[in-house]
Amino acid sequence: MARATVQRRLTWRLARVVELIDEAPRVRSLVLAVPDWPGHQAGQHVDVRLTSEDGYQAQRSYSIASAPEDRGRVMLTVELLDDGEVSPYLVDEVRVGDQLELRGPIGGYFVWHAEMADPLLLVAGGSGICPLMAMLRHRSARSSTVPTRLLYSSRSFEDVIYRAELDRLAAAGDGLQTFLTLTRVQPTTWTGFDRRVDREMLVQVAWSPERRPVAFVCGPTPFVEAVARLLVELGQDPARVKTERFGPTGG
Amino acid sequence: MSFVTRGFRGRRRDTEESARLPPGQYLTRDFPVLSAGPTPRTPTSQWTFSITGEVDKPKSWSWDEFRALPSETITKDIHCVTKWSKLDTVWEGVSVDVLLDGVETAAEYVTAYSDGGYTTNLPLEDVTDGKGWVAFAYDSRPLEPEHGGPARLLVPHLYFWKSAKWVRGLRLMGEDAPGFWETYGYHMYGDPWREQRYSGD
Repeated sequence: MARATVQRRLTWRLARVVELIDEAPRVRSLVLAVPDWPGHQAGQHVDVRLTSEDGYQAQRSYSIASAPEDRGRVMLTVELLDDGEVSPYLVDEVRVGDQLELRGPIGGYFVWHAEMADPLLLVAGGSGICPLMAMLRHRSARSSTVPTRLLYSSRSFEDVIYRAELDRLAAAGDGLQTFLTLTRVQPTTWTGFDRRVDREMLVQVAWSPERRPVAFVCGPTPFVEAVARLLVELGQDPARVKTERFGPTGG
Repeated sequence: MSFVTRGFRGRRRDTEESARLPPGQYLTRDFPVLSAGPTPRTPTSQWTFSITGEVDKPKSWSWDEFRALPSETITKDIHCVTKWSKLDTVWEGVSVDVLLDGVETAAEYVTAYSDGGYTTNLPLEDVTDGKGWVAFAYDSRPLEPEHGGPARLLVPHLYFWKSAKWVRGLRLMGEDAPGFWETYGYHMYGDPWREQRYSGD
């Protein structure tokens, strides 16, 4: 994919909340109707701007979780952060019908297209699943059969975002395999991984370097640092390991 | 303000510190990390720093030669395009003025280039006259790889993506050419006080 140069001006658009979905105990998805949305690529993000009555404004970036094929709609999935300023509003306060200012799409490196034929490895930590979910939804919408593996690390079963949909996507038999690891609490009948992502797990799940996979890793900074480093140590081409990190700061 | 987000109050920030925040930024006490790929880990034994491009004679230093150059302590506020700002960060580094000392050039721009293939473009005048450094220490400790160590560019008056991590050299350029993020729609100059985040801002 050639570098898509985005030179058009990114204007603020007034988006309307059309649906709210409780995804996990501290995680909510907002489905937004965005007038004249120019479309996006799977993996891109938007800036959201909130304005208080006295004119004070706060901005944050959120990955788009919906597929590009979902025309005119943008789904953001927001995790409530302790001490956050914007996330408590988006998770606890927003109602259907409310309006938010948004601009984007932004970014063009951490993106995946269904035309990319190489095996795909997606590694998510917590709410780092969001941009990777856009890729999986795009993959499904385009009926892609690109060999794809998702390794998703979560604290507990209840914390797994998009759980039912991931089960459905993996059951489609179209070349997607999903692997969950639950790092803190596991159901009594759990047979999946039960520890932090480590070398052994990546040896088991990641495509061998000979297959020239492209990897997308998204999550908190220490998670991404550890996974990206391990993938490179296991022989993956660093130029094909793309990362997106969430800082530990309130959002 | 024409638009108000129903129910949003936000945090009041009528403090001395808030006056130091450019528009759209929030204050953080942590030091978040943003980079597009795995963290490169070049040992200092293999590290060099070079001045190349439109110069009469390219220059290059080994790590030991670089560390023998006069350095200074820099205390500055930094502003990341992902919205966080951090005040009074303390660095140690070599001024770009020292690195360009004696270099003859007609160039007006530089491209900073890094291990891992990262690049970013800046006007030459934005890294000279005490405005740019190659920093090797943060908070009195060697710069950690995830924050750009062994050395990163430090240009604190521009958004922090211009302060290239893992920097290995400056290419002097007759004309401005977009670097890594600039190619993906980020602003060619990146002044946080004019909120130049993206192309067209």
